[in-house]
Amino acid sequence: MTEEAAAPLWEVFIRSKRGLSHNHVGSLHAPDAEMALRNARDVYTRRMEGVSIWVVPSATITASSPDEKDSFFDPAADKPYRHPTFYSIPKEVQQL
Amino acid sequence: MRSNGPIERDLAGSAVSGGDAGGAVGDAREAEFQALIEADQRIEPRDWMPDAYRKTLIRQIAQHAHSEIIGMQPEGNWITRAPSLRRKAILMAKVQDEAGHGLYLYCAAETLGVDRSELIDLLHQGRQKYSSIFNYPTLTYADVGAIGWLVDGAAITNQIPLCRCSFGPYARAMVRVCKEESFHQRQGFELLYALSHGTPEQHEMAQDAVNRWWWPSLEMLGPPDTESTHSAQSMAWGIKRFSNDELRQRFVDMVAPQAVVLDLVPPDPALRWNEERGHYDFGPCDFEELRRVVSGDGPCNRQRAAHHLKAHEDGAWVRAAAAAYAAKHAASAAA
Ligand SMILES: [Fe+2]
Ligand SMILES: [Fe+2]
Repeated sequence: MTEEAAAPLWEVFIRSKRGLSHNHVGSLHAPDAEMALRNARDVYTRRMEGVSIWVVPSATITASSPDEKDSFFDPAADKPYRHPTFYSIPKEVQQL
Repeated sequence: MRSNGPIERDLAGSAVSGGDAGGAVGDAREAEFQALIEADQRIEPRDWMPDAYRKTLIRQIAQHAHSEIIGMQPEGNWITRAPSLRRKAILMAKVQDEAGHGLYLYCAAETLGVDRSELIDLLHQGRQKYSSIFNYPTLTYADVGAIGWLVDGAAITNQIPLCRCSFGPYARAMVRVCKEESFHQRQGFELLYALSHGTPEQHEMAQDAVNRWWWPSLEMLGPPDTESTHSAQSMAWGIKRFSNDELRQRFVDMVAPQAVVLDLVPPDPALRWNEERGHYDFGPCDFEELRRVVSGDGPCNRQRAAHHLKAHEDGAWVRAAAAAYAAKHAASAAA
């Protein structure tokens, strides 16, 4: 059996401390989710780097394509009025 | 349109692969890639990249990963014979870190579209290499100190600039590795310091270890710039930031004054501070020896390769059992 079939790839996400979201840290091979979690603990949190771990089968992730990044993200590019700096406010108004 | 598949992996057969995209589209992609490199931006796995860039990275990252894994052997050799519980706990933690470094790096290599098992096969077939340094034997416990101080020290010198490597996953792996390496070098220095300030016999042991590890550590930073085959292109691609000779000078400048504190003498009569250059001068490395060791004729090459193969084969039943267990539970969960 190939490694890919016997121990597929999992993406690992770690919450480094309470109050923060999980961040992608890397990947690893494991036969099932439980082993993936244990391996992730050993590989990615040897120095208390995390308080919570997610493992996700790599094959289940849907990603946007870098090829169409221009058209895909274009709609946000010409809308400067979505930023507070777009608006000029009289100087005497503070804290707005 | 979206493509299904792993976020950090190049998708086999997707439009992103290969430097063979001809014509205007190919030129535009090449230009975009170059622009990213010149702007000191990172290339990510699913970006278009030239085939040669991908191949160079796979070769370099795999070689780096293999080095971390094979590098567990010379020190692992001493775990059962550590002189105290404290030293044993430290050495186990260090060797375990090296396993982790290997895994971070295989993970980075896999984002380029290869499978870890392929890389391990190539290692077993002798078609991919690992660092020359791990083909030297560890004769006494002082070698654990010399390896930490000199070998990990040289590795850090090489790895710090790699944290800014143009390929994102490799650079990120290096950030993790470098954070962990500083403990490796310090524990080695501390061990040597304890020995060199102990009994005359202990001092002698520390000096002997430094005598044996000094030159191989300088040589592991690679052939001289005049002979280095891959350097120029790797510099242009932002994979390599400093030449081998620059890294070697940096390394000597770092460890030469530390040797004085250790009260140990590096085995190089030419080693002295050069006021004019603002660097230490040092004698010539034996690059003929480096070539011999890299091409398979070092003191422990066969032993290291055989041990890795044996460990891999001995572990086959564990992998098979875990896979069978996972398959059984997946089946019963589906039923
Ligand atoms: Fe390492
Ligand atoms: Fe290390």
